[in-house]
Amino acid sequence: MAKIKETDAVTGVDTTGHEWDGIKELNNPLPRWWLWTFYVCCIWSVGYWLVMPAWPLISDHTKGFLGYSSRAGLSKQIETAQARQGVYLERIAAADLEEIPQDAELLEFALAGGRSAFAVNCSQCHGQGAAGSAGYPNLNDDDWIWGGSLEAIHETVLYGIRSDHDDTRINDMPAFQADELLSREEISDTAEYVLSLSSDRGDAGAVARGEEIYVENCVACHQEAGAGDQDLGAPNLSDSLWLYGGDKASVIASINTGRGGVMPAWNARLDPVTIKQLAVYVHSLGGGE
Amino acid sequence: MLETARQQAYDGGDGVERSEASAVNKAEHRSLYKKREKIYPKKVSGTYRRLKWVILVLTLAVYYLAPWIRWDRGPSLPDQAILIDIPARRFYFFFIEIWPQEVYYLTGLLILAALALFLVTTLAGRVWCGYSCPQTVWTDLFVAVERFIEGDRSAQMRLDASPWKAAKLGKKALKHVAWLLIAAATGGAWVFYFADAPTILVDVFTLDAPPVAYITIAVLTGSTYLFGGHAREQVCTYMCPWPRIQAAMLDEDSLTVTYRDFRGEPRGPRRKNKPTEHLGDCIDCNQCVAVCPMGIDIRDGQQLECITCALCIDACDNVMDRVGLPQGLIAYDTLSNVDQRAHGGKTRVRLLRPRSLLYIGIILLVGVIMLISLISRSAVDINVLRDRNPLFVTLSDGSIRNGYTVKILNKDHSEKLFRLSLQDMADAGIQVVGSDPAALTVKSDRLASFRVFVTLPKSQMNDESLPFTFVVTDLSDDSETRHDSVFRGPGK
Repeated sequence: MAKIKETDAVTGVDTTGHEWDGIKELNNPLPRWWLWTFYVCCIWSVGYWLVMPAWPLISDHTKGFLGYSSRAGLSKQIETAQARQGVYLERIAAADLEEIPQDAELLEFALAGGRSAFAVNCSQCHGQGAAGSAGYPNLNDDDWIWGGSLEAIHETVLYGIRSDHDDTRINDMPAFQADELLSREEISDTAEYVLSLSSDRGDAGAVARGEEIYVENCVACHQEAGAGDQDLGAPNLSDSLWLYGGDKASVIASINTGRGGVMPAWNARLDPVTIKQLAVYVHSLGGGE
Repeated sequence: MLETARQQAYDGGDGVERSEASAVNKAEHRSLYKKREKIYPKKVSGTYRRLKWVILVLTLAVYYLAPWIRWDRGPSLPDQAILIDIPARRFYFFFIEIWPQEVYYLTGLLILAALALFLVTTLAGRVWCGYSCPQTVWTDLFVAVERFIEGDRSAQMRLDASPWKAAKLGKKALKHVAWLLIAAATGGAWVFYFADAPTILVDVFTLDAPPVAYITIAVLTGSTYLFGGHAREQVCTYMCPWPRIQAAMLDEDSLTVTYRDFRGEPRGPRRKNKPTEHLGDCIDCNQCVAVCPMGIDIRDGQQLECITCALCIDACDNVMDRVGLPQGLIAYDTLSNVDQRAHGGKTRVRLLRPRSLLYIGIILLVGVIMLISLISRSAVDINVLRDRNPLFVTLSDGSIRNGYTVKILNKDHSEKLFRLSLQDMADAGIQVVGSDPAALTVKSDRLASFRVFVTLPKSQMNDESLPFTFVVTDLSDDSETRHDSVFRGPGK
C-alpha cells in the first residue's frame, strides 16, 4: 500500500495515504475534544479498575482498593433501617393490643408493617386488598365468623382455623348429604329457609318445612333465626354476606359438604410483633369490632 | 495556523492603527476538523463597552450577594431570602415559600423567562447573548484578567509566539491561577444558594461542609475555568442552541448590529497622493475584526456566531471620529432600515409589530395566571385517593362502604385542626380511622394521611357511581378546601 500523502483537489483535504484500487481515503480526523475525552476516559478506566471491583476471576472477582460492594451497602442500609424500626418494634412488643391504636405513632408504624406482612403472607388467599373471594373471607366487611375484635383477630392469626396447632379455632359442621343425615329434598327446603332469613323468598311451604329441619339440626350452632355465634365460629346466616356465595346452589353445597375452610397458624412462621401488627392492620380495614 | 501579528501604522497620517486581524471564524474558514484558532480580542472603549462593564458588575453583584440577603420567617425557619433547601424540600424566595408539588411556579417562571427572551430578541436581537448571558459575563471577566496580566492583543500574540522563559511562565501561571480563583469563587457562591450562606462559608473552609458541596464547587470551578478561559466563543458557536433558535425570532424589523455596506463599500485605505473618490467610508482598518471576541467580521453580514456585543460599533465609531467621518458605519439598526437607507427611503423603528405584541400578550397572560394562582394559593391542600382494591365493600346490613385516603397538607407554620365533611352525600356516614372527623390534627408544615370510610345505605345507592365532594374546614378560620371524588357501589 502506497503511503503517499496528497491533498485532494475536490475537497481540499489531505489523504491518509491509504489507497485501495485507486480509491483514496480522506484524512478527516476525529474532533480533538472527542479524542481527548476518549483518552481521559481510558486513563479514568485504569484508575477505576484499581479502586472498584472490576475483573472477573475464576471463582471470584477483583475487589478494588475502595472495597466497594453493593451487597454490603444494602446490608448496611437494611441494618440501619432495622435499627430505626427496632425502637417501634420493641414498643409494640411491650404494648397491649388495645394500646396500639391509641398511640398515633405506634398505629402508623403497625399499619405500615401490617400492610407489608399482609401482602407477603395473607394476600394469596385474602387478596391484595383483603377483599377475599368465595371461601376466603372478605376482611373489609363487618361480618366476622370468629369475631372481629383486635383480640379475636389476633388469636385467629396466631393459631389459624382448623390448623395443626393445638389451640386452633375449630368446629365441624356435618356434611349433611355426604354423611346421609338429610335427604336431597330436606336439604333443598333447609336452603330455602336459610335464604329466607335475609330476603323475601317465596315458596312458604318449603320455608316452613326447612325451618323445622333447621331447628332440629342447625340451631345449636347457627342459633335462632340464623344469628350465628362467633364463639363457635358459626356464621351469621341472616345477613347479606355469604362466604361461599348466597345463591341457592351455593347454600345447598355448603349444607351438603359442611365446607370447613382452613387457615394456617402463623405463630410458628411469624414473630409475635408481626402478628400484632397484622391484627392491627386487619382490624383497621373497616370492619373491626 | 496562527495569524502573524503585524501592526502597521495607517498610511493616511490620521493615526488610525491598521490591524492585520483576520476573522478566524469566517464562514469559509470554518471546519469541524480544524483546531481552534485562538482569538485575541483587542481592548476597546466606548458606549457599549461601558454599558457591558455596568451590566457585568450588576449581574456578578446579584450572583455573589443575593444569598447573603436575610429575610425573617420566624424562629423555626431559615432566614435566608433565597434558599433552595433540598433536604427539607422547600424553595424560599423572599416572601414566597414553594413546596415540591408547587414546582409549576418554577415552570411558570421559566416560561416567562423564555417568552421575555423571545420578546427581547424580536425587539433588539441577541442582547441576552451580548450583555447578560453568564458565558458572556464570565468570558469578559476572564478576558479582562488576561489583558491585565499579559497585555493587550499584540502583546498577548507576541507572548504566545515567544519561547518559554521565566517571564512567560510567570505570566501564564499567574493568569491561570487568577482564572482558577475566579472559577472557584463562582462555584463557591453557587452552594450558598443551597444552605445557610454564612454557615456553609465557614464550613467550606474548615472542611466541615458536606461532600456534595465540594463536588459542586469542583465541577463548577472546572466548568467556569474551561468555558470562561478556554472554550469561550466555542460555547456559543457549538454548544449553545440559542444561535440556532434566534433565526426564527429575528425579523427585518429587529434591531441588531449591522454594517451599513451601502456607505462603507467599496472599502479601502486612504493613501497619500492617491484618489479616494471611488472609496466608501470603510477604511478597512480591520479594528472591528480585531475587537471581536467571536472571531468574525461584521462586514460579512448577519452571522450565527455574532452575539451582538456591539464592541465593533465602539471600535468603528472611534475610528470614524479619528478620520473625521460620521459615526455609525457599524450601528444598531434593523435590516429593513439598512435597506431603506441604501435606497434613500424612509427609515422607521417598528417596536410594536404583530410579533412583539403577540409575545407581550402571552407574557401578560402567563403573568396574570401565575399572579392569580399565587394570590389564591391556599395554606391548605388536600388530596384524596380512592381505594381501588376493593372498589367497595358490602356490609352485613347491605349498606355499601367505600374507603379513601385523605391527605391534608398544612403549609402553615402552626398546628391546625380540621373538620372533614361530605357534600352531596346527605345520608352517608363518615368514619376516620384513629380520629374524630370533626377534629383532625395536622402538625405545622406537615402532610397528614387519614383513612376515611364513607358508608351509604343500600337504598341510597341509585347508581354505580355517585359524585360527591370532600370538604375540609379549617377550624381556626372556617375556611374550606374541597376535593371532588366519587362513591362506587354495585348499582341498584
